[in-house]
Amino acid sequence: MSTIIDGLSLGAIYALIALGYTMVYGIAKMLNFAHGDIIMVGAYALYSTLLLGQSPVVSVLAIIISIVACVVLGVVVERFAYRPLRGATPLAVLITAIGVSYMLQSIAQLIFKAKSRPVSFSIPGTTFGIHNSTILTLVVGTVVMVALTLFVNYTKTGRAMVAVSEDRAAAELMGINSNFIISLTFAIGSALAACAAIFYLMQIPLVNPTFGAMPGIKAFTAAVIGGIGSIPGAMIGGVLLGVVEKICLSIPAIAPYTTAIEFSCLIVILLVKPTGLLGRKRREKV
Amino acid sequence: MKSYFSNIKSNFKLKHYINYIAVGVALVLLTVFYYSGILKRSSADLITQMGFSIILAVSLNLVVGFLGELSLGHAGFMCVGAYIGAYLTNAISSAIPSKILVLIIAVIVGGLSASVFGFIVGLPALRLKGDYLAIVTLAFGEIVRNICKNLPFFGGALGLSTTPYGPSMFIPTFIILLIMLAVVQNLVRSKHGRAITAIRDNEIAAKSMGINVTYYKLFVFVISAFFAGVAGVIYGGFTTPILYSFFSYNYSIEILVMVVLGGMGSIGGSIISATVLTYINFVLQTKLSGDLAALKYLFYAIILIALVIYRNAPSLKKYREKFNLSNLINMIIKKFSKKEREEVGTVEWDRVPTKISTDEILSADFTVTNYKPDKPDKPDKSERP
Repeated sequence: MSTIIDGLSLGAIYALIALGYTMVYGIAKMLNFAHGDIIMVGAYALYSTLLLGQSPVVSVLAIIISIVACVVLGVVVERFAYRPLRGATPLAVLITAIGVSYMLQSIAQLIFKAKSRPVSFSIPGTTFGIHNSTILTLVVGTVVMVALTLFVNYTKTGRAMVAVSEDRAAAELMGINSNFIISLTFAIGSALAACAAIFYLMQIPLVNPTFGAMPGIKAFTAAVIGGIGSIPGAMIGGVLLGVVEKICLSIPAIAPYTTAIEFSCLIVILLVKPTGLLGRKRREKV
Repeated sequence: MKSYFSNIKSNFKLKHYINYIAVGVALVLLTVFYYSGILKRSSADLITQMGFSIILAVSLNLVVGFLGELSLGHAGFMCVGAYIGAYLTNAISSAIPSKILVLIIAVIVGGLSASVFGFIVGLPALRLKGDYLAIVTLAFGEIVRNICKNLPFFGGALGLSTTPYGPSMFIPTFIILLIMLAVVQNLVRSKHGRAITAIRDNEIAAKSMGINVTYYKLFVFVISAFFAGVAGVIYGGFTTPILYSFFSYNYSIEILVMVVLGGMGSIGGSIISATVLTYINFVLQTKLSGDLAALKYLFYAIILIALVIYRNAPSLKKYREKFNLSNLINMIIKKFSKKEREEVGTVEWDRVPTKISTDEILSADFTVTNYKPDKPDKPDKSERP
């Protein structure tokens, strides 16, 4: 039982990251490989602020700074690296994203050095035998996801985001500022990444320059499992992957092969449903 | 007989053979240097690295540049080749005394086992497109790495230790490279190569022209995986121990960067960029140590971003046409030789024509020079009833 809840909580983290991938993919039609490194930047922002001291005020400040840093970074990266390439081949954008990812990692390594830094940022104690931070992750993750769904479906800006992802040219003709919407998507995605970074630090209290790589890739896998571009798909994919990971880790015989099993899940699901669980099939026109 | 040779001579274009010549000359020169003692051991290792980087880049170019599918798991095939090749070498080297024979067997077996995996990865490629296929190849690379890490007879997390072939490894490497170039260049310029590029340009159109898409996709994945496996065996032949962490997806991406910087669909470009990037990596790795090693990736990343944006940004098209490498070379050639060059009618099969988007055709400016609209005929009054 506690394994399942741990899995759900890890799944919530993956889902938060996967949402960033999937929203950016849906709107800008690009795989944002630098998303994992935005998580890392969020973690370092939290770490740096926590150096000020250990008090509730500093903790709240750290969370705010972490989210703001990620949002600013996401928007800046979009503005200077991806926007010039709007309309270029997808592979060019992908390579640029990889370049940004390398750049962020190396800058982090230059500033903070390669060694792992401990971050003590969790809520001690347990409730019903489950860590409080796990419960917090689950609750906040669910709230954020519900809020995001409501935002996308019931506000004017959210509808504009959906419109841009459906057809950018048509959305622009309807008077939607697509550049603003894309920036906003990056901002929201990065804010979610910062949340994910904070929760991930509660589980693994060490931060290093490649901190974001593994959760990034796994969340990316989750986004693809759910059908990339689909917001509920990313949530389902993330939770599924988190539960599978925790269950595999709890069985000693197959624990070393956890990564292989997770990625095999992806391949099996894609073989059965080539566009992921909730992805829409695109008609091909000649 | 005479006419046959004169026919060859008239069809002979340096362009088609330049890759073989470059690699062959490099091989001969380096061998001479090596045996005369000019070439140091570290340089020989660097040259082996360049050799297998070229093999990797060219084989990935088959998938990315010619078939048009994005693959992010090329290091996975290399991993299979490296582990199986090294395991086999350890097993049979006591029975077979000749080092070169052991290497040949390892290369063949390693390549074949990697191509089996290429076939397995190619199967989803039949159902999946674009980014979905890319993530499957990435997942495949991670799966292979994870399994190799945990199999007990592959040495686990400590890696599989081998007896290295020695610094003269670059000679078999370059011979393999020449064989691979012969296979790949002839494949690309054959009927099959044109079928593959047709699939890249428009799969539906290719299918309707009777091209067996299933067959060709699997075929390309198998060939590409085979050579990646061979590169893995070479890697295993001069490095010990073989560590699973080397084959991470970052390495796949490094190979992809070589392909993209060299130009997708250009074999010569892949060779040049693989050589240059391996050299830069080597120099920066030896010059920068510790945390300064991050500087290497910083330079790498900045150059990569700047280059890709410069090459691809729609808003920079004007500058790109002005400051172009081929324009520059043409200018220099024009300055030095006053002779007019005939350029019409040459077909470049080194670089198979890239996809032309319909938008480009539609947006082409039709400047019709000698066209005057006919004045509307004045109605002849006399014909009126």
